[in-house]
Amino acid sequence: MEYRDGMTYEAWVHAAFEPGKPDVSDPRVLAWLIRRNGLEMTHVSHGSHVGAVFSLAEIMAVLYTRVLRVRPSEPSWPDRDRIILSKGHAGAAMYAALAETGFFPVEELRHHYADGSHLSGHVSHRGVPGVEFSTGSLGHGLPVGVGLAMGARMDGAPWRTFVILGDGECDEGSVWEAALEGNQFQLDNLIAVVDHNHMQSLDFCEKTLKLEPFDEKWRSFGWHVLRVDGHDTEALEKAFEDAAAHRGSPSVIIADTVKGKGVSFMENNILWHYRTPQGEEYEAARRELEAQRP
Amino acid sequence: MRDAFVRALMERAAADPRLVLITGDLGFGVLRPFQEKFTAQYINAGIAEQAMTGMAAGLAMTGRTVLTYSIGNFPTFRCLEQIRNDCAYHELNVKIVCVGGGFVYGPLGMSHHATEDISVLRALPGVTVFTPGDPSEVEAVVPVMLDTPGTCYLRLGRGGEPRVHTSRITDWKAPEALTLMEGQDVAILSAGGILTQAVGAGEELLRCGIHAQVMSFPCLKPLDVKTVSELGRRFRHVVTVEENTVVGGFGSAVAEVLAEEGSGCRLHRIGMQDEYSTIVGTQQYLRACYGMHAQGICDRIIKWLEE
Repeated sequence: MEYRDGMTYEAWVHAAFEPGKPDVSDPRVLAWLIRRNGLEMTHVSHGSHVGAVFSLAEIMAVLYTRVLRVRPSEPSWPDRDRIILSKGHAGAAMYAALAETGFFPVEELRHHYADGSHLSGHVSHRGVPGVEFSTGSLGHGLPVGVGLAMGARMDGAPWRTFVILGDGECDEGSVWEAALEGNQFQLDNLIAVVDHNHMQSLDFCEKTLKLEPFDEKWRSFGWHVLRVDGHDTEALEKAFEDAAAHRGSPSVIIADTVKGKGVSFMENNILWHYRTPQGEEYEAARRELEAQRP
Repeated sequence: MRDAFVRALMERAAADPRLVLITGDLGFGVLRPFQEKFTAQYINAGIAEQAMTGMAAGLAMTGRTVLTYSIGNFPTFRCLEQIRNDCAYHELNVKIVCVGGGFVYGPLGMSHHATEDISVLRALPGVTVFTPGDPSEVEAVVPVMLDTPGTCYLRLGRGGEPRVHTSRITDWKAPEALTLMEGQDVAILSAGGILTQAVGAGEELLRCGIHAQVMSFPCLKPLDVKTVSELGRRFRHVVTVEENTVVGGFGSAVAEVLAEEGSGCRLHRIGMQDEYSTIVGTQQYLRACYGMHAQGICDRIIKWLEE
């Protein structure tokens, strides 16, 4: 079915790779596709949170290409790693990663926010293969991750649990309740990643509720803390390896990112938490992304 | 009721190693037998109800039946969104257990008065609500609840309540209402631990020559609609009794059925009338203050019948 200029949705978002195809096993390529789909999905749906999708792109891409043991053709494989996107408002990033890695057709992404669609603005497990858990209200993912990790350990199961948090989300007390529990139960099969783009809904984190010294907070809660550039795919991969090998306590990777990363006028601009890319802004963002195609 | 609950739970835990009990750092003494016998199936999540409920959801996602246990409003209101989003929406096998429904913790103050929980939990899609009335009903309800798929809420009273049922309840199926007294003059419908007062009122009325039909509803959602409908047809006066606000609670559930049926009976709802108790006192003292003790129920029924 035509999406635009005689092309399907998939052909349209993959056009920059013509005449070839994107190699989605390359984390830089998948990160680019997450941004490209994120832009398109928020454009077609008049949706929000494109800035958060862009800050998360490399984290999500490294997870799906280098870290997670998952099977796109068997989403409920019992020994799969579990992943929860606790900052559910960046759901488009997870939907894009899942579709591009084969969990469901890329073409479906055009229905983001659409009437009758399962692709809700906040990530939903209903009707979306590969989504483990629905979120949207912040502060829910880490406690559930604690429960999953405890269940895996009780079963002697090999799978790990990954929870992606936002930094603004760490305002929620339930995150720190779960941080206490993760330490108490020494859940070394639990890895949290904080997409630390330093901004939240209305302003910078430090101007809202100060998180710094952020590393020290997690460390004092007993977590193994790693701090990386959240847009450096190699550094992220290494951090995940380190976290997975760590024993005796849960790990948190604090990934410094830039909200709106990849589009000059969106970067570090709070406007793009809610603003939807339309008109010339959409076209300009698309041109910028296409110029960066790996 | 809480001791009957722990005994019933232990019976099941012995047969089902995938049953896990999580406490929010409460249940001193009460849970000890469980903790000692089923160490691997017992977790103290600390004073962190949101994380406790999220943890329960996560554990349930690994194919377990998980109970969260705390007192009063802590396992419900403090973590209501976790119950809604994490447990109920995901259709997870989490059973939320409240000890101290109503005015059990009357002297401890308003924070510990669980007088809206039934209304609120009942509103959540996918949550089954159990309100056993005495230890015998607890023994009947617990195995049924553990076999009920999805998220459930169990509202218990305290420890040491008398048994209202004179014999063991066998083959109970949700949501069947149970008959305590037969009569033809008025129907008294009770949900939860207030059952002692409903039966006490029935006995007092009998002394006045009034024959009350007294029924207990150990399952409030889904409601035993068939029985409520029949009672609405049989009786001119139907009275609901709950240690809970009448707004959205048991009385409301009965009212919805009777109104939709076009029943011509008069419905009287006894419970908290959209207010918090600002005074403290024993459970029985507070029940009397709000007209939900046996004598209060009896007096109001006599008045209504005379009207």
